[in-house]
Amino acid sequence: MGCTCDDQQNLAQSLQNDTNTWTKLQDLLERFRGQRGSLVTVLQQVQDIYGYLPRPVMQHVAEVLRIKPAKVYGVATFYKQFRLTPMGKYVILLCQGTACHVNGSERLAEALCEELQISEGETTTDGLFTLSSAACLGCCSLAPVMMINGLAYGQLTPQKARQIVKELAEQEKGSLQEGGLQ
Amino acid sequence: MRIRIGLGSCGIAAGGMKVWEAVKDEVEKRALKIDVQQTGCIGMCYQEPLLDVIEDGGEVYTYGHVTPERVMRIFDDHISKGQPVTEYLVGTSSRPNDFLSGQVRVALRNCGVIDPENIRDYRAGGGYSALRKAVTSMSPEQVIAEVKASGLRGRGGAGFPTWFKWQATRQAGGDTRYIICNADEGDPGAFMDRSVLEGDPHSVLEGMAIAGYAIGAEEGVIYVRAEYPLAIRRLEIAIGQAREEGMLGSNIFGSGFSFDIRIKQGAGAFVCGEETALIASLEGERGMPRLKPPYPAESGYWGKPTNINNVETYANIPWIISHGGKTFAAMGTEKSKGTKVFALAGKVKRGGLVEVPMGIPLRKVIFEMGGGIKNDRKFKAVQLGGPSGGCIPEHLLDTPVDYESIMATGAIMGSGGMVVMDDTTCMVDIARFFLDFTQKESCGKCVQCRIGTKRMLEILERIVNGKGREGDIELLEEIANLVKEGSLCGLGQSAPNPVLTTIRYFREEYEAHIRDHRCPAQQCRALITYRIDPERCRGCGSCARKCPVRCISGKKKEPHVINQSQCIKCGTCLETCPSRYKAVIVE
Repeated sequence: MGCTCDDQQNLAQSLQNDTNTWTKLQDLLERFRGQRGSLVTVLQQVQDIYGYLPRPVMQHVAEVLRIKPAKVYGVATFYKQFRLTPMGKYVILLCQGTACHVNGSERLAEALCEELQISEGETTTDGLFTLSSAACLGCCSLAPVMMINGLAYGQLTPQKARQIVKELAEQEKGSLQEGGLQ
Repeated sequence: MRIRIGLGSCGIAAGGMKVWEAVKDEVEKRALKIDVQQTGCIGMCYQEPLLDVIEDGGEVYTYGHVTPERVMRIFDDHISKGQPVTEYLVGTSSRPNDFLSGQVRVALRNCGVIDPENIRDYRAGGGYSALRKAVTSMSPEQVIAEVKASGLRGRGGAGFPTWFKWQATRQAGGDTRYIICNADEGDPGAFMDRSVLEGDPHSVLEGMAIAGYAIGAEEGVIYVRAEYPLAIRRLEIAIGQAREEGMLGSNIFGSGFSFDIRIKQGAGAFVCGEETALIASLEGERGMPRLKPPYPAESGYWGKPTNINNVETYANIPWIISHGGKTFAAMGTEKSKGTKVFALAGKVKRGGLVEVPMGIPLRKVIFEMGGGIKNDRKFKAVQLGGPSGGCIPEHLLDTPVDYESIMATGAIMGSGGMVVMDDTTCMVDIARFFLDFTQKESCGKCVQCRIGTKRMLEILERIVNGKGREGDIELLEEIANLVKEGSLCGLGQSAPNPVLTTIRYFREEYEAHIRDHRCPAQQCRALITYRIDPERCRGCGSCARKCPVRCISGKKKEPHVINQSQCIKCGTCLETCPSRYKAVIVE
């Protein structure tokens, strides 16, 4: 693997050129400047802006909040919620809870991996879906469960899970075509 | 007449929003003057989505598995003609069903009853009167004495006496103190805190404010999991309303006592349920536990005296102050007072939340309230306490649910998750499942936990893969004890529990895997084979069409054969084989 410094610099430049997100980021950092103990919250909100934590942005956060970059990186890699690569438009959280496990959640995972042609933790090439997992979504009586962008789907079978994902993909295709007509 | 619809996360997942819209449409279409109200989860998750029709006389009719079509029937018959639709009815307030009838609701008193997004609903049922009573007519010492009289112990797992923590925090030096609510409900299989936050957020705020008064704190923080978006939203609404009505803020009820609460979202780390890790996370650090003492009561958030209780504990407080500690202590057993909420899930017929007096036998919860095992299969074990807990076998089903009795079985009460398992659950696989969880969630600080859980997981993996060796069981026990002794926090100290309890009660299953290369529950893929019985197969071809690796062959109307070298043992053939043939056999 070669040096990625150039890539990072290009990325940093393009992030700064996107004035919309860059302004949001500056506002956010301004609000939290000098507030101790806010790093986790800041990173959560940065992730809301970008969908993930771009490395140049973490560097910037560290500079503005006067925190060592290593610490920012340390916190970002400690918590499962933070992602260092871009996420899909739909984030599928597969529940890994006990009730889901005894009701066949592993087979859901297999079906979804096959349907989306990705492994857990990855994003589809069209940037539509990210397959991730959560320790427990707390809907144990509806096990097995998955959550897509905050909405929980229960009593799934491998077939049902595939169907839901297919429908979302269709929907996206549809809206793209509509957009194309305008 | 009123209509109430259960819109907790689980109700919504089951289709509650469609029911909500259908009801709104009908009310508008028929130009009816009916109040339509949302509510949290009443706990009958197995019947979701739920809809209540409340007649003017106060009788509540609860309908289950409601669909937009059923809504029409309910409007046609019940709302218009006053004839309840008995076939959809799951119970009425005067004749509750088996699931609800044995329950005593203290922490869940408002869940599924009030609109969680409306503070007036909470106040109409006596909400915030306990806070008023505490701050206007009791001294902080009296509040602590009342909590002491109640015998309330922490509902998050360890069961530490609540009053003792409060007193220690109050007596610690300095003038700034903090109240923290641990809403980082991470145990897989537990969802009572989510339900309380979604269904009755004000009870938690009120409990925290009372604790703040007793301890002498002016600031409270709720540390809530990001995986509970609806709970966070409802908490935000509740805090806003409480501030507007003067239940939070300065000079509450003119008493001179000021208290406010903010929310901090967790970021997905199980270990942050441990109190010192939680505090580190609140301070923006990696959530790693530290050595105790000093306890948070002496040195917690920003080094100040801090009281941490969990959601269910705080939800009990207003009830205790209103009804008196003695009334609470009258329920339960000698050492475990009051009621406890359990989250019943897994292979049980009626899953959901049950709140029962401490001390009732496990059997009663699983077989009377839970209705027994799904598909009438055989009960094998119940897992209590999540990854820190253990599996309790059938011969201990009469164990009363209280802290000490559960502890004696090798499990722990924990936060109250109860996952029921039947004869199709492999106990070695369950041990592997939990170890996989704790190994991933170990923060890595203590060597024994970081490496020990990894080594244990490797051994369990080789056992379920049919490569177990003689001596593996003993090796597991040896490492388990090292991990328990060498870990700083509860995560590591209790991580071996699921392994130790399954070895203790289901040793023969481990031995079957290791010695006979056989999985008695027929779950471990490496140890089972799928075969087609030529006598029963009619050659319909449905399995061959569905097989994801296309390893089933055969001519039409002739018996098919599975190519064992290509079979990935996914079980699709078993599922697709029509029930009139039942030609696929698992061995």
